[in-house]
Amino acid sequence: MTDATHGTPLRNKGKSILEVDARTKKRNAAEARFKGYGIAAIGISLFFLVSLLIAIISNGIPAFTQTFVNVEVELLEEKLDKNGNRDIADIKKVSTFGYKPLIENAMVKAAEGIETELSDKDLSKILSASAAAILRDYVIANPDQIGETVEFRLLTSSRVDGYMKGRVVREDLARDKNLDAAHLDLIDVMVERGAVERVFNWDFITGSDASESRPEQAGIGVSMLGSFFMMLVVLVLALPIGVAASIYLEEFAPQNRFTDLIEVNISNLAAVPSIVFGILGLAVFIQFAHLPQSAPIVGGLTLTLMTLPTIVISTRASLKAVPPSIRDAALGVGASKMQAIFHHVLPLAMPGILTGTIIGLAQALGETAPLLLIGMVGYIATNYPEGVTSGFLDPNSAMPAQIYEWAKRADPAFYERAWGGIIVLLVFLLTMNLIAIILRRRFERRW
Amino acid sequence: MSIMKLTASTLAITALTATAAAARDNVQVAGSSTVLPYASIVAEAFGENFEFPTPVVESGGSSAGLKRFCEGVGENTIDIANASRAIREKEIAACAENGVNDIIEVRIGYDGIVFASQLDGPDYTAFEPADIFNALAPKVLVDGELVDNPHTMWSDFNADLPSEEILAFIPGTKHGTREVFEEKVVAAGCEATGAHDAMIAAGMSEDEAEDACLAVRGDGRAVDIDGDYTETLARIDANANGIGVFGLAFYENNTDKLKVATMSGVEPTTESIAEGEYPVSRPLYFYIKAAHIGVIPGLKEFAEFFVADEVAGPDGPLAAYGLVSDPALADVQSTVMDEVTMGQ
Repeated sequence: MTDATHGTPLRNKGKSILEVDARTKKRNAAEARFKGYGIAAIGISLFFLVSLLIAIISNGIPAFTQTFVNVEVELLEEKLDKNGNRDIADIKKVSTFGYKPLIENAMVKAAEGIETELSDKDLSKILSASAAAILRDYVIANPDQIGETVEFRLLTSSRVDGYMKGRVVREDLARDKNLDAAHLDLIDVMVERGAVERVFNWDFITGSDASESRPEQAGIGVSMLGSFFMMLVVLVLALPIGVAASIYLEEFAPQNRFTDLIEVNISNLAAVPSIVFGILGLAVFIQFAHLPQSAPIVGGLTLTLMTLPTIVISTRASLKAVPPSIRDAALGVGASKMQAIFHHVLPLAMPGILTGTIIGLAQALGETAPLLLIGMVGYIATNYPEGVTSGFLDPNSAMPAQIYEWAKRADPAFYERAWGGIIVLLVFLLTMNLIAIILRRRFERRW
Repeated sequence: MSIMKLTASTLAITALTATAAAARDNVQVAGSSTVLPYASIVAEAFGENFEFPTPVVESGGSSAGLKRFCEGVGENTIDIANASRAIREKEIAACAENGVNDIIEVRIGYDGIVFASQLDGPDYTAFEPADIFNALAPKVLVDGELVDNPHTMWSDFNADLPSEEILAFIPGTKHGTREVFEEKVVAAGCEATGAHDAMIAAGMSEDEAEDACLAVRGDGRAVDIDGDYTETLARIDANANGIGVFGLAFYENNTDKLKVATMSGVEPTTESIAEGEYPVSRPLYFYIKAAHIGVIPGLKEFAEFFVADEVAGPDGPLAAYGLVSDPALADVQSTVMDEVTMGQ
């Protein structure tokens, strides 16, 4: 005020408010630079995200289609049922190796009229090794068809499938003993005739793992069930235990050194590398408790240990977020402490708890390291579980473990399936995260 | 408190199902990642042709598999260990300590070990064991003197080899393949270059010299790969001048990316290995816990099916995948049939 009465101007003489001085310029420049850094950081992460997605999708999409060939196979009686009495026990005695000649004959017939330098025996290299098993299963199910000619839809070998997908070119086969370029000429003709076609591959989503000699048959379905049963165990164990622990710690436990210690350790546990839980699972559940190896129940128990801290931490956070006035009001009208918590606080905290649980489950779903140690990686996911008990106890793999296993195998076709498996796994993870977001949006209350 | 009730009952059910773990009805196999493809092919065909469930095959390496095999007898231990080398005395002793006394050794055939490099890379097409030794040993013989390995280029010691930096991806020590690589290539090269004799002349005992012969230089030119062949392949993909050690079957599945080198002038093929011309090959085994036969359903049937002519024979699926079938398969079949244990 005094300055004003003396008439001394506040700012420097001759400087307009519209003119930016050097210091302000500098500060504005710093701000602009920081914005630039931020945009660059976002740009870099977006670039990585996009290139990752492009890599996954371009490598994985081919796994969702598969090449089939329609072949008419004559089910020769003299090969399949020598006695001619259609006795199922006798028919079962013919192993898949006994069906090879039938397949060879069928391929010779299918290639009739096409000029090729291939020997009759080599023709059947076009087909997957699974063909014999498909024929045998069909004959055992329909013994009355022996002697007839039946049209089968059979998988082609992984090399032929790779050719249809553009993964294999003629030059690649120059030194390949599994297939010749001549086979591909034959395939070109068969495609024109409509006998060979590439269609959507449901078996990849529902099927079981296959041995290394027939990647074309491998699917992720059984390991998906393995993951499902593991998640069931995690949900049933981790949710109640985690919620009970957090309610006690948050609402009932006295504040003392001991509870402080527990709190610190729960936070620490959340940061423990997952492989540690794998070793723990091996030592406790398999070697001490004698639970079966490679079983989803052991995987589920191990992942429960890993998920518990996540659930405890998120549950405590959402319990804390419920305003004390709710508790006070409930206690004020005469509710017991337990009634106040279970009738008023817990329902309000539920969306937060569920979100934390789903995120924890999604994390467990994508976890591979602990499963390595409890025997869930290998050639395992081959039998569909026969029921709920068998689903928990019979050896099975899990989706991420199956992907890891495929990525290790020699045939490049397995590599393609590993990428395809990643797409399936990502779809699951995105769905779970979406559910978590929706739950939060719809039910979360803010005070 | 319906939530509490629900929780309690589900907990109880889980506990019950877990303790009521019914007798195991599937064969469990673990071990060598080299044998895994063959074992998985047999397991698949076994599941298709028999009423038993498909056996479970895990990998992890020969040593890890044999360690689990020797953990004891019982349903929570594995029935079969795959190995790309013979079981060691030490392992037999460890087995006996845990009550695994009767072990049936089954040789399923032979596997070739090949040296391969990038298809478009330098011309590594012919090696001698001596070349590998000169490239990878920590101490080599130069002008009659045993010195720290001075070689940085392949052409430093053999003018026929390309003048490229030495870089080799060899199997890590937990792999059975490493042992074969050491014995059949490095040790052979050690003898051939005269380094072995020079070491003895320098005052080493025979045993010390043999051990010293197997050593590999530690300056980053020989890289141990502890993972599987896919990892070696990825390294070769990224290093044009690298050479890698692979199994024959793996190479045959990836001929579009790799080219193979001859060893002592012989090209590795199933035929040259079967005839014993290609020097770097080794037998593959699996070991059966005799105490589990008759307890685990399908165990003996699986073992018999594994070595049957139509599976492990020269025209079977294993040979088609890259296994060199055993000329003495009939003996192996009778070993399994009569359950002849080791040392019997």
